[in-house]
Amino acid sequence: MADEIIRLSNINKAFAGVKALQDVTLTIERGKIHCLVGENGCGKSTLIKIMAGVYQRDSGSVVINGKEFERLHPIDAIREGIQVIYQDFSLFPNLTVAENIALNEQLADGKRLVNWGNVRQVAEEALAQIEVRLPLNARVEEMSVASKQLIAISKALRQNAQLIIMDEPTSALTEREVRALFGVIHKLQARGIAFLFVSHKLNEVLEISQTIMVMRNGSNVSVGDRSEYDHKRLVFEMTGHTIGEKAYDFTPDTSRPPLLRVEKLNASGALEDINFDLYAGEIVGVTGLLGSGRTELALALFGMLPIQSGRLTMGGKPVQIRTIQDAIANGIGYVPEDRITEGLFLEQSIGRNVVVRTIDRLRGALGLTNVQEVNAQINEWVNALRIKTSDPALPVKTLSGGNQQRVVLAKWLASNPRVMILNGPTMGVDIGSKNELHEMIKDLAGKGMGLLVISDDIPELLQICNRILLMRRGRIVEEITPEQTDENQLAAKLIED
Amino acid sequence: MSRSFFRTETILALTIVVMSIYIGIVNPVFFTVGNLFDLLRSSIVMGIFAMGVLLVIISGGIDVSFTAVAVFAQYATVRLMTIFMPEAPLWIVFLVAGIIGLGLGMINAFFISRFKLPTLIVTLGTLSMFHGFLLFAIGNKIIRDIPPSMPEFARTSLIEVAMTVGVSRLHPAVLITVAVAILTWLLLDFTMLGRGIYALGGSREAAERAGFNIPRIQYFIYGTVGFLAGIGGIIYASLNRQANPQELVGSELNVIAAVVLGGASLTGGRGTVIGSLLGVALVVIMNNSLVLIGVPSTWQRVVVGAIILIGTGLPAIQARRKAQHAAGLSQTQ
Repeated sequence: MADEIIRLSNINKAFAGVKALQDVTLTIERGKIHCLVGENGCGKSTLIKIMAGVYQRDSGSVVINGKEFERLHPIDAIREGIQVIYQDFSLFPNLTVAENIALNEQLADGKRLVNWGNVRQVAEEALAQIEVRLPLNARVEEMSVASKQLIAISKALRQNAQLIIMDEPTSALTEREVRALFGVIHKLQARGIAFLFVSHKLNEVLEISQTIMVMRNGSNVSVGDRSEYDHKRLVFEMTGHTIGEKAYDFTPDTSRPPLLRVEKLNASGALEDINFDLYAGEIVGVTGLLGSGRTELALALFGMLPIQSGRLTMGGKPVQIRTIQDAIANGIGYVPEDRITEGLFLEQSIGRNVVVRTIDRLRGALGLTNVQEVNAQINEWVNALRIKTSDPALPVKTLSGGNQQRVVLAKWLASNPRVMILNGPTMGVDIGSKNELHEMIKDLAGKGMGLLVISDDIPELLQICNRILLMRRGRIVEEITPEQTDENQLAAKLIED
Repeated sequence: MSRSFFRTETILALTIVVMSIYIGIVNPVFFTVGNLFDLLRSSIVMGIFAMGVLLVIISGGIDVSFTAVAVFAQYATVRLMTIFMPEAPLWIVFLVAGIIGLGLGMINAFFISRFKLPTLIVTLGTLSMFHGFLLFAIGNKIIRDIPPSMPEFARTSLIEVAMTVGVSRLHPAVLITVAVAILTWLLLDFTMLGRGIYALGGSREAAERAGFNIPRIQYFIYGTVGFLAGIGGIIYASLNRQANPQELVGSELNVIAAVVLGGASLTGGRGTVIGSLLGVALVVIMNNSLVLIGVPSTWQRVVVGAIILIGTGLPAIQARRKAQHAAGLSQTQ
């Protein structure tokens, strides 16, 4: 079978006695686009690392280009044309674009000296291959995420890549950049290069792949041609059960004043004439492209972006929000988009992160906290939100993305806000956790909270919101109810300019 | 204005020029050949140390133990020579000190690479260990009776200029510093090993994935620092015509400050030979010449400290502004 690049058979791998991979078998063919999907922690990353030679398997066989490898070292994998583009791109921020592209190749060639003319030439050729232009002498740290990805691809190509493995390649890209990336992938595919695309954005998986492999709990549960799958089947294979996709059908009680009324809100350059109401129990989606003002709206309501003019009323009473403290005092909570940098103290324990907002309330007579009471509250939230951890005393950074997001939620819920603003609540979260987060959001609304969900994940908006506000250039241009529209229609409206 | 104008090296060079002109106006002695030779002589050992420190800092580490390594290698070598080979030629003295330094550097490298410990912790530990071991087991008294090849070396001169009073000499050890600097530059800019050091400082993980042999690079770096420390230690002892186990230790932060002033980033991945040499020049001029313009020697440390704070603080603030600016741009795109 000459068109096979790599064949993994019955791969097993355990870490400290915990099975990460169990009898995984996988074949990758030349010139085809393969997708590997699965929830976080299902073993995708471990499998990639075994193919790249970063991890050694415990048992099973690896055959690359017809050669059996007893022990696969990273350098062997590279020599056989297997290139992994990790989420962080493995680039050197302090080096130039040209050097980043050429460095690995020179290293693989066993060069001892650097020929700068050659470096430049290599970089120019590599970028020409994928028909993009980038400033060769700029440092990589100055480049956008999309450019970094193109640099990583050019780098891989220069090392005679036959198989390019991409780990979550689209998670930080805008819609347009995703299109451009897919264009590049198709171009390279036509030249016989195979791709293994690891993603949990199912729409993208279905769009680009020819072969799909689904993993669950360390085993491959399903492999097949793209035509055998649809969205529902993928979700089923990944989670092992069907997930109900019922829309959130809710009609607010408009006889009582809204939890939050925004009138004629302006913020210089970012927001113009914003008007909307948010009633108790509502989940209102806010969508738009990057830069449409959707994040700015959240920031303005949370006191992080100065409001020039306009009126805010909460439960019938006018309020002023100038600072984050004002927002919190009025019962507004905000879960930021970038939970890692804005929402959490990564080095601190899960428990401390949960109670940080409410620590004042837990303080006793002498200003000291009652440890038992604090622990009780921590355990309550860890259980209620099903945060998967062996010990809440572990630092937050040990958690997976979905679980980190839950800690952020717990932190805010512990302070009982009336209005919650969630920015990209399930970004980078796998489908199972996503579903659980959605259920949690609906639960909260059911308890009378008002939620504002900012997202560009269209299926998500349609599934959990009872109304969707579409933003463009700092204005709300349309209010949509999920019944009136479908995914394609909303997607078209989103990118319309 | 071009980008290169804002480079640390350019700003540093201008600072040195402006400062020199000011000092020279206040006290014309500064511009004499004698003073220039003195400044160069004071830069010899610091310049060699700085090249080692530069390698470490670019790789994202820090080494505070090199002064202990220098004094250990120097003193142990002199003792060995006085016992076994009192008439040792200079090259043997250098060779032995270099090897001892290399060995001590390898100890640092072993802890750093094998146990992946923070470089600061390791070298803080070995700083005390090496120095303590030296004083306890090898000796704590000043040796004035050093191998004659060393004071002979001290008496040689590269250039002699007759002055109104006596003769000013430029010591040939300057050439060693120049050679070390050129070799460091060639290493960093034109060898894969050098690029590996930058790569390691830029992103350790990416460097590993690219196939760089990280332990080997680390052994090279810390070994080189040790070797250079040994060489520097012997030059220091030769110029002072004695081996004093209490000297040098304590001056490590001066060298690190000079390298950081020269644009090397403590977070790794950045730094140049030229910048470090300019940093050394600035620190040496401040240490030696403030007294010429009437700054009392007690105040010198304050002035040097202030310049280091400003010199390293400004670029850091500038970099943060730039990063914020870039982040702001990408958000509104």
